[in-house]
Amino acid sequence: MRALLLAIAPLAIGTSVAAQDHGAHHGHQPAPAPDARQGHLIPPPLQEPVAEPPPPPSDRAAERFYSPEAMAAARAQLAKEHGGGTAWKVMLSNAEVRPHSGSDGYAWEGEAWWGGDIHRLVLKSEGEGEFDGKLESGEVQALYSRAVTAYFQLQAGLRQDFGTGPSRTYAVLGFEGLAPYWFELEGSAFLSDKGDVSARLEGAYDLRLTQRLILEPRGELNLSAQDTPELGLASGLTDAELGLRLRYEIRQEFAPYVGVAYERKLGETADLARAGGEDVEETRLVLGVRAWF
Amino acid sequence: MNRLVPPRLHRRQLLRGVSALGGAGALNAFLPTWAQSGTPGLAATLPTVSGDHIALRVGHTPITVDGRRGHAVTVNGTVPGPLVRLKEGQSVRLAVTNDLDEDTSIHWHGLLLPFQMDGVPGVSFPGIKPKETFIYEFKVRQAGTYWYHSHSGLQEQMGHYGPIVIDPVGEDPVQFDREHVVVLSDYSFMHPHEIFRKLKAQAGYFNRQKQTVAGLLKGEDQPLKDRKEWAAMRMDPTDILDVTGSTYTFLINGHGPKDNWTGLFKPGERVRLRFVNAGAMTIFNVRIPGLKLSVVQADGQNVQPVEVEEFQISPAETYDVVVQPTEDRAYTLVAEAADRSGMGRATLAPRLGMTAEVPPLRKRPLLNMRDMGMDHSAMMGMGGMEMDHSAMSMRDPRNAPQVKMGPGVQMISPMPADRTGDPGQGLEDVGHKVLVYTDLVALDPNPDPRPPSRELEIHLTGNMERFMWAFDGVSFSHLKDPIPFRFNERVRVVLVNDSMMAHPIHLHGHFFEVVNGHPGRHPRKHTVNVLPGGRVAFDLTADEPGDWAFHCHLLYHMHAGMFNVVTVRPLDGGAA
Repeated sequence: MRALLLAIAPLAIGTSVAAQDHGAHHGHQPAPAPDARQGHLIPPPLQEPVAEPPPPPSDRAAERFYSPEAMAAARAQLAKEHGGGTAWKVMLSNAEVRPHSGSDGYAWEGEAWWGGDIHRLVLKSEGEGEFDGKLESGEVQALYSRAVTAYFQLQAGLRQDFGTGPSRTYAVLGFEGLAPYWFELEGSAFLSDKGDVSARLEGAYDLRLTQRLILEPRGELNLSAQDTPELGLASGLTDAELGLRLRYEIRQEFAPYVGVAYERKLGETADLARAGGEDVEETRLVLGVRAWF
Repeated sequence: MNRLVPPRLHRRQLLRGVSALGGAGALNAFLPTWAQSGTPGLAATLPTVSGDHIALRVGHTPITVDGRRGHAVTVNGTVPGPLVRLKEGQSVRLAVTNDLDEDTSIHWHGLLLPFQMDGVPGVSFPGIKPKETFIYEFKVRQAGTYWYHSHSGLQEQMGHYGPIVIDPVGEDPVQFDREHVVVLSDYSFMHPHEIFRKLKAQAGYFNRQKQTVAGLLKGEDQPLKDRKEWAAMRMDPTDILDVTGSTYTFLINGHGPKDNWTGLFKPGERVRLRFVNAGAMTIFNVRIPGLKLSVVQADGQNVQPVEVEEFQISPAETYDVVVQPTEDRAYTLVAEAADRSGMGRATLAPRLGMTAEVPPLRKRPLLNMRDMGMDHSAMMGMGGMEMDHSAMSMRDPRNAPQVKMGPGVQMISPMPADRTGDPGQGLEDVGHKVLVYTDLVALDPNPDPRPPSRELEIHLTGNMERFMWAFDGVSFSHLKDPIPFRFNERVRVVLVNDSMMAHPIHLHGHFFEVVNGHPGRHPRKHTVNVLPGGRVAFDLTADEPGDWAFHCHLLYHMHAGMFNVVTVRPLDGGAA
């Protein structure tokens, strides 16, 4: 079972890689046919023999007129300003209130990144609690992210849990990216400092009703490779969350939303919860804001 | 025209106002700067500098666009900078002083000159440090309409550009009674660094014309089947321009649409309009409803006159057109952004204060299979081809063996078509004659009749989702080698667009001949727009020794890495 779960993340990302590379092995789509070049406009290929290109020169022309030091500094700046820059983003996907007859709850989920096109530092955080003071669960992840295909990046790093229950530290191996049909996908496998293995798969989709009104279905599935009674988890699928949020982009960076969130414990984890007198499912109205800068 | 100006003269005295530029300089009175630019409804506008010694200062200036205050980086305090008017054959000394607290530069776009005077920091010279003056000095070897702009950081977006007009030494083959320079550009109140970061953070950020469910229900845009097919490929058919009218105000001679720059004419006059697209990211569609446009020059080089009603002009291109309004009425000059997210608007009129109807923005076009590098005819040949199949072949490395495949390469055009006969995105069905590259025929025979001795293919690659752009899959910051040429060799360069955006590609220091079916009279250009999924061939005689920049002239594509250096050796030319 543990091996199976560990295989999930690579499997999911492998699908996208395969989709991109598939054409290379398909054998049905050769190099462009000559007729596609519309020969009446593009003249025929050059007559043989065709000259070879010269080797790249070893000198730099401007150093004939300007000091090599000044040119080296300008070249470094040139590289930085032509593809060598860094960027960043702080994204709060959900920051919401979950009104409840007892105590109102809250939840958040967000991600920040900094770096270049390929290599990035990523911070993720999510959690939920009640306004009467009890933080039920919370976590922070610090990851190195590397773009590996046109749409996906691999991520590795650490996760720290906080909140009620035992505090755990995990090693994280995950992926994140954009699947065909514009589905945002994210998956992580976790190895805790107690040796427990678990995994999480998330997906979301933006259904653009108008330029500013967007309906976002979002789902999350959690799995555990073993019974972890301290965390109330049993081996197998442990719980799922489905959300449907309707947001209005006042600006692209700031969108209040209203929605519903449905959570359900699954399998033997649900049995454990029932035995403990807890609810196994819950549906809540959510009010919040999605913001980034 | 060429007046000797002492180099230390106060700049106000240098700014010669020319409200009607032609007619042997009929209105050559000295006007103060404030009267010439940024004032609503004024006749024309651009201060002019000329002579053998010209002083230019780059600095920060507050400007007003359509009544809103903004900040600009300017040359001599105005947006656009002054018109630099030169004479073919003269020598010129341009002293550029940097009043900024960062480096700056001026690149003389389209001018043939020694490479060390080309003005690209890190390639041709070290740049101009704050508070320093750099003196550019070169002989003017050509005539025509050109322009200049910063090649440092993103200053060009902030207003650091201006026009150049070079009068021919002999008789001008273009007959006209009056001329106006028309500089098109795009201005944002958002800082360019922030624009770039937004694009990295969310590539579709500035596109507020996406397809919606509401549109689907109203029967607009793509039908559901097509939407699903495009979604399967993670391609957005509304992604025409990266930065749009959602943040840009489109300027004509520094005037917003409400400012309404007005150029004067007398009915019956032949009016020469010298268009320069100094926009950072905007491809414009230009028309003057009611007037035929006779295109007489492209990128400063004369072409056989061709009459059109509209033309597309991509960043860095120039077109000279002659119009002959005969009625005593105003005409609206429309420069519509290619994605129809906004327009620049100006007026040609017999008298100040007159206006004409401003046509509404036309419907935003959608990308199609041809933009994906899938030729129509080839598509039909495949009949009922399944879309998931084509989605896979959209990134077949065998179609571009030289491209380094990686996260920065979203697609490889499977069947790139020659699109020099296409009018540009969204202009296929406008119901009137639109200029296409195949209409351009050089007025003079091409100077080098030799056939190319070799062919060089360069792929324009990118990933619209990551906002990564490069040549052959490698951004400049990761490049080891330049693109080498032997002095005086003749090479056919083929540009293949492996992306769904147009890329206006500019080679510094040279003209090349766009291979468009008029051998011997191919149009000579410095910038050629390669339509999405298309290919363009040009023949180049590498007769200017040195190191030269070669890049996409969409500013943020260049900033993302779509840039390289072209070398021409030996440096002493034929002497070796």
